[in-house]
Amino acid sequence: MEKLLRVENISKYFDLKSGLFKFGGAQVVRAVDNVSFELYKNQTLGLVGESGCGKSTLGRVILRLQEPTSGTVYFEDTNLSLLKPEELRRFRIKMQIVFQDSYSSLNPRHSIGEIIAEPMTIHTRMTQHEIRARTYELLNLVGLKPSHASRFPHEFSGGQRQRINIARTLALYPSFVICDEPISALDVSIQAQVVNLLRDLQKELGITFLFIAHDLSMVKYISDRIAVMYLGKIMELAGSDLLFANPLHPYTQSLISAIPIPSPQEERMRKAVVLEGEVPSPVNPPAGCVFHTRCPVADDLCSSSEPDYSEHNPGHFVACHYAAVRRVE
Amino acid sequence: MKPLLSVRNLSTRFDTFDGSVYAVNDVSFDLKAGETLAVVGESGSGKSVTMLSLLGLLPRSTWVTGSAIFAPEGFELDLLSVSKAELNSLRGNKISIIFQDALRSLNPVMTVGEQITESLITHHQYNKNGAHKRAVELLEMVGIAQPDKRYYAYPHMFSGGMRQRAMIAIAISCTPDILIADEPTTALDVTIQAQIVELTRRLQQDLGIAVIWITHDLGVVAGLADRVMVMYGGTGVEIAPVDLLYENPGHPYTAGLLGAIPSIAGSSADRLVSIEGAPPDLFQEPRHCQFAWRCRYVFDRCWKEKPPGYIISPGQVVKCFYDGREKTPRVEE
Amino acid sequence: MITMKEQRNENNKNDLTGLLIDEESDRNIRARLWYIWRLLWRDKSGLIGLIVFLVIIFSAIFAPMLAPHDPLKIDLHASRQPPIWTEAGNPEHILGTDNLGRDLFSRIIYGSRVSIMVGFLGVSIAFSLGMMIGLFAGFKGGRTDNLIMTVTNMILALPYLVFVVFIAAVLGRSLLNVVLIFGLTNIPIFVRVTRGEVLRLREEGYIEAAISIGQKTPAIIFKHIMPNLIGPLITLATFEMSAMIFYEAGLGFLGLSVPPTVPSWGNMLAEGRQFLTVFPWMSIYPGLAIVITGFSMNLFGDWLRDVLDPRMRRMKK
Repeated sequence: MEKLLRVENISKYFDLKSGLFKFGGAQVVRAVDNVSFELYKNQTLGLVGESGCGKSTLGRVILRLQEPTSGTVYFEDTNLSLLKPEELRRFRIKMQIVFQDSYSSLNPRHSIGEIIAEPMTIHTRMTQHEIRARTYELLNLVGLKPSHASRFPHEFSGGQRQRINIARTLALYPSFVICDEPISALDVSIQAQVVNLLRDLQKELGITFLFIAHDLSMVKYISDRIAVMYLGKIMELAGSDLLFANPLHPYTQSLISAIPIPSPQEERMRKAVVLEGEVPSPVNPPAGCVFHTRCPVADDLCSSSEPDYSEHNPGHFVACHYAAVRRVE
Repeated sequence: MKPLLSVRNLSTRFDTFDGSVYAVNDVSFDLKAGETLAVVGESGSGKSVTMLSLLGLLPRSTWVTGSAIFAPEGFELDLLSVSKAELNSLRGNKISIIFQDALRSLNPVMTVGEQITESLITHHQYNKNGAHKRAVELLEMVGIAQPDKRYYAYPHMFSGGMRQRAMIAIAISCTPDILIADEPTTALDVTIQAQIVELTRRLQQDLGIAVIWITHDLGVVAGLADRVMVMYGGTGVEIAPVDLLYENPGHPYTAGLLGAIPSIAGSSADRLVSIEGAPPDLFQEPRHCQFAWRCRYVFDRCWKEKPPGYIISPGQVVKCFYDGREKTPRVEE
Repeated sequence: MITMKEQRNENNKNDLTGLLIDEESDRNIRARLWYIWRLLWRDKSGLIGLIVFLVIIFSAIFAPMLAPHDPLKIDLHASRQPPIWTEAGNPEHILGTDNLGRDLFSRIIYGSRVSIMVGFLGVSIAFSLGMMIGLFAGFKGGRTDNLIMTVTNMILALPYLVFVVFIAAVLGRSLLNVVLIFGLTNIPIFVRVTRGEVLRLREEGYIEAAISIGQKTPAIIFKHIMPNLIGPLITLATFEMSAMIFYEAGLGFLGLSVPPTVPSWGNMLAEGRQFLTVFPWMSIYPGLAIVITGFSMNLFGDWLRDVLDPRMRRMKK
């Protein structure tokens, strides 16, 4: 399969020492720590993790909305890290992002038409008429009406705003779009609408998605492959049906087990794995495997040495000493 | 047996500069002692406003009508007609509430322990020492490690999950009859959410508190609730025992919501079922079924009048003119 | 369920392109004016503030037509006349005359010119320079920001009135000097507010969105940041303007504002001071003019602050 994006050993550390009070040793937040993966054309990779696991930072670092501390990102044959600011600005035609907060990502003082037209006015020499025509086309594409163009963001509901966001990202036919938790602020019935819309768009326009979310169950319906992140590292990556059928990492297993089943009988019968404790601070991540403090099957090895992130089965990557050996019950 | 709380025809309207918001329209339900009632709905469905109306926690220029008979052992009163002072003495004592945003509900300049003690001293005749001892006990009960140390911690030193636990500790400090949980897990991570759900379930069994659990997530409700009320556009469109609701939803909206839950058993190639359209405009006074715009079974009667509650099974009340089982409009008897 | 294609066809039916949308935007403007009127009507104090303020501006502009007398014409025969409604009142002079027989009413009307001029020009200088410096500091960040803010805070830490009196004493009495003094000394306040807003706005999602679609930095500043800055700055400008009008009168009273030949409210106060016990009207009416102007602008400013902050709009008092 053709690769669109190659992420190699990307790390992003934030230095907390820049504040007014600098006592104590170095305070470094390891938001993303040595992450590598590949993205295939016309596919969706789901990126799942709890808040603070670095998934959103990873998305921003890939697009160079934030500069990585180390590592490289290749977009087809281009090394994004080497692009100069002006080159990068022009390159943004190809890669876009849909943000989680559909309220703040639309300028309240611009009309919907202006918002969707903005990328076209920056990067193309389209005439007013062409821009207007394309704007209407885009509004249709995302299921809104052309007459909405003259309205303002506050007149729309959360789901509609997210459609407007999607229309803006699609204006210049991008080949790669990052969706940063686009549905987590939406109501359940609307979430399904947006997920279905994104799937249809992928089929029609051949876009490659990186879909970031904290909810495994929804991600499954849009992703070809899913990566599970914990404390800045990828714990497991596999095809989505495979990941659900045979999760190798204890963290993935407990995440899947935490998904509520919409059936009272089954829900009462089964015993969900409730993980103890909370996600440790990324300022001082645990030594060894970062998950060992909460892992129900961890032992001394896990707290002393860090497991490799390797291909356990073809296409199934995992970072665990006891992958497939020990299971969370 | 008499229900602990019996709400009848509750309607709440806000007057704003842009017009009136019909937030709650004609909601009726009962809550039995010790049971868990889940109130499910999307944002703007009126689920939170319903509860805030009962507790008198809404701003001025709000109009609340209807009745809410609260009848614990020993006395009986209508929450909607008692004085503010009486309501104040009930709140946090007989009826507690926890909110989604625990950080904002806790006072940032008081230690967590002090906040629990405060509630104990105001509502019960605890002395300082006794209250301190009880507060540490409560912290332990809600699963906070090292409770005697954490007593002296400030809210910002707690993580999201621990704050919600502290909120629960305050809420149960007076062993209330009713605990209202307003989306307590929405802001939390999946794994922490599971912990809080587990905790609430355990506390309820131990203390016999009736819980009203407000949520937008039908998935969580399945393992938690005894009965479920589904709200849409300010109206309780369906109330049913939890098993009945999941097996045999009576309202098209309930069915749609259930369909929209992604199933872990399904294949990733499946298409999610969605309910097309957007929630209703609450600035319009409801004169017909609020779901009519999005309903696939809609027919002319739905646009003419508001559906009354039809009892379709024991304990299952549905406000819909369409009979999903007979696949026909309902016939009046 | 409607498929996407069907829905799209459905949408195309409603696509009446240009005409419809232009009409709609026209309706939007009218709807907005109507909305503003309703907001004013709801908050009567804002309406009163606005009306009084407009009357003052009107009288400043059309002073020669409105004033019944030449404000500078000395008529010693008619000096120290009380207002018209007292027993000894002269129908020629509505509010009476001053020590030199000049018509007080005419002088007050002409005096508004000085106040409004100082207010408008002073605020314009402070607004434009302060906003530019603040934008620069907020957007540049780092060391530049630190330096600018240190200087700003140092100026803000000076005792304002003493500072202004000192400069006025050094520079001498002229309208230009007064405008410059108020304009320049108010820059730091505008810098601080602008910078704070820029820092807040920079975190807004739509700024990140603009960067992500490859928008150029100047366009981000002018298209996305500036329009959102205007609201808080206009509100600040209203309050600052009323403060400047007050301070100008204060300087005039101390004899440090415009030359004594120019009729200004502060000068009138100063002149009336020695007759305060015997002929109080000489001070009372210019004093009232100052108070009413400042009060109306504050009322209007309060209303503006509520209206320009979209979060406040939905609330009902």
